[in-house]
Amino acid sequence: MTIATTQTQVPVNVDNDKCIAEKGCTVCVDVCPLDVLAIDMLTKKAFMKFDECWYCLPCETDCPTGAVSVSIPYLLR
Amino acid sequence: MKRIDLEFDLVVIGGGTGGPMAAVKAKEKNPKLRVLLVDKANVKRSGAISMGMDGLNNAVIPGHATPEQYVKEITIANDGIVDQEAVMAYAANSFDMINQLDQWGVKFEKDETGDYAVRKVHHLGSYVLPMPEGHHMKKILYRQLKKARVEVTNRVVVTRVLTGADGEVVAVMGFDCRTADTYVIRTKAAVLCTGAAGRIGLPASGYLMGTYENPTNCGDGHAMAYHAGADLANLECFQINPLIKDYNGPACAYVTGPFGGFTANSKGERFIECDYWSGQMMMEFYNELEGGNGPVFLKLDHLAEETIQEIETILHTNERPSRGRFHEKRGNDYRKQMVEMHISEIGFCSGHSASGIHTNAMGETSVPGLYAAGDCASVPHNYMLGAFVYGRLCGENAAAYCAGHGQGVVDAGDVAAEERRILAPLGRTDGLTPYQIEYKTRRLVNDYLQPPKITRKYEIALRRFDEIREDAESMFAANPHELMRAMEAHSILDCAEMAARASMFRTESRWGLYHYFLDHPERDDDNWFCHSLLSKSAEGRMQMRKKAIEPYIVPIDEEERSAYQRLRVAHNAEAA
Repeated sequence: MTIATTQTQVPVNVDNDKCIAEKGCTVCVDVCPLDVLAIDMLTKKAFMKFDECWYCLPCETDCPTGAVSVSIPYLLR
Repeated sequence: MKRIDLEFDLVVIGGGTGGPMAAVKAKEKNPKLRVLLVDKANVKRSGAISMGMDGLNNAVIPGHATPEQYVKEITIANDGIVDQEAVMAYAANSFDMINQLDQWGVKFEKDETGDYAVRKVHHLGSYVLPMPEGHHMKKILYRQLKKARVEVTNRVVVTRVLTGADGEVVAVMGFDCRTADTYVIRTKAAVLCTGAAGRIGLPASGYLMGTYENPTNCGDGHAMAYHAGADLANLECFQINPLIKDYNGPACAYVTGPFGGFTANSKGERFIECDYWSGQMMMEFYNELEGGNGPVFLKLDHLAEETIQEIETILHTNERPSRGRFHEKRGNDYRKQMVEMHISEIGFCSGHSASGIHTNAMGETSVPGLYAAGDCASVPHNYMLGAFVYGRLCGENAAAYCAGHGQGVVDAGDVAAEERRILAPLGRTDGLTPYQIEYKTRRLVNDYLQPPKITRKYEIALRRFDEIREDAESMFAANPHELMRAMEAHSILDCAEMAARASMFRTESRWGLYHYFLDHPERDDDNWFCHSLLSKSAEGRMQMRKKAIEPYIVPIDEEERSAYQRLRVAHNAEAA
């Protein structure tokens, strides 16, 4: 059997112009309780890798440059 | 992937609320004790109070309440099924803990004379103390962890507590959710602070992580305690909460109640006298929701502008601060409309209800060297302050236990078996995904276990859970993150079965909606004025037994006993 991926719009958005992950910042990745954020190896920016969000906001609150914004997941909105 | 072997005196599992307190208090008791705090997230932002808390819901403060009054209130709110000594251990230590937190820098609301500004939300007494700046709570705890020199390991998922020849704690095992390195941590004692089992049921929205509880709190601790041989108490007393519909966070009547907000039906009328979360309150809520007067709303639109601004400041900066943007998107303005509410999915959470890993007044479970505090343990209606108090008791008592015990002998076969179990999903290249296993389990929980409870539906659920257990043997994980979800899916399945077995055992109805059993609709004190305990049999299956209620230390008279049964607003009172 094969495994399919399903596309979905994720609730955590990262503004690449503001994100300073390339300078070694991993704050949002560190604080996410569900560990759903990661740094993209190619762009060197943070992104939401897994759509498993509790819309709890530590990523947005703790980001030092205000690059992260969280919206309520579409199914709940 | 490699294997990491460590040795400590005490391992605290879960760094949310009770966990940091347990670790700090164990170190204060014995600074030489080697204490490790393990969290599957990061202790800086983990657990139910990841973004702080808006207040204490059960503060027992001299001049406002006595420990005896509190024990009485909780005994009545929980239909008599409490170990009063354990509730008293909380109540008697509540004020000391408030002062401790105050010294650490937690800001509580005080009146003009500097006294704590306690509010009334419960049916009988006054126990609610607002913390307008409660969003700093995790920072304050983290500072204390550093000060006490507690070792912290983040992103390690603990999966099993291993026991020795006498059934005592000898080690805990787990894995790193980013590298899949396995951990074998030898230890004399362990404290479970893993929070509620909040991922058993599926939120009505269908979004898997849109749960009331922080979804990291999926019942790992309940499952670990079970497999280690510990008793779990009164699991049929589910947690079901009144929440903002779809958002699935608290509305929050405790905060708004003292300001004049209340739960209303679709006509804007009050239908319950008291918004404190009890099984009976949830039954009235459910009846209103399903009856002709539904849906149910939180009503604030009659309040003054400055009052609403104050409520918004508290609700939109603490605990679940994304409430504000949810309302905004819906065009919900507290000033103009009532906020639609709904009931949550089921769970186990002693923080609000009464089920969990059985603990006594010392925080001990039935397994030597194993302690539990907070939402995962069985002390009822404990909330955040109860997690702190029992965190302290567990930390101090575990430190004393460590002084009298050496390291136990770890069975190499047990380690190898658990390592195989953990790594199995990574070894497969196809199969069912953790998402599929979890979704199906939780969907069946909603279909068959959500009250009202019906025997035939529960029998079907148990059969379907068995099928999923077989399917779970073919679960595959593409990376360590998915491995975490796979192991959580096993815990969720264990908790779902526990919820079903415990519910079928108690052949009466009790705790309002929490255990509303249609085949046995009446409360039966002659046969069921007792705890129910679930444990693992010698054959490795779930077994149930009754445990007598410990003799009351605070007597309850007949009139008080039924106070929480009389929550519905009397119609003539309304007209008057």
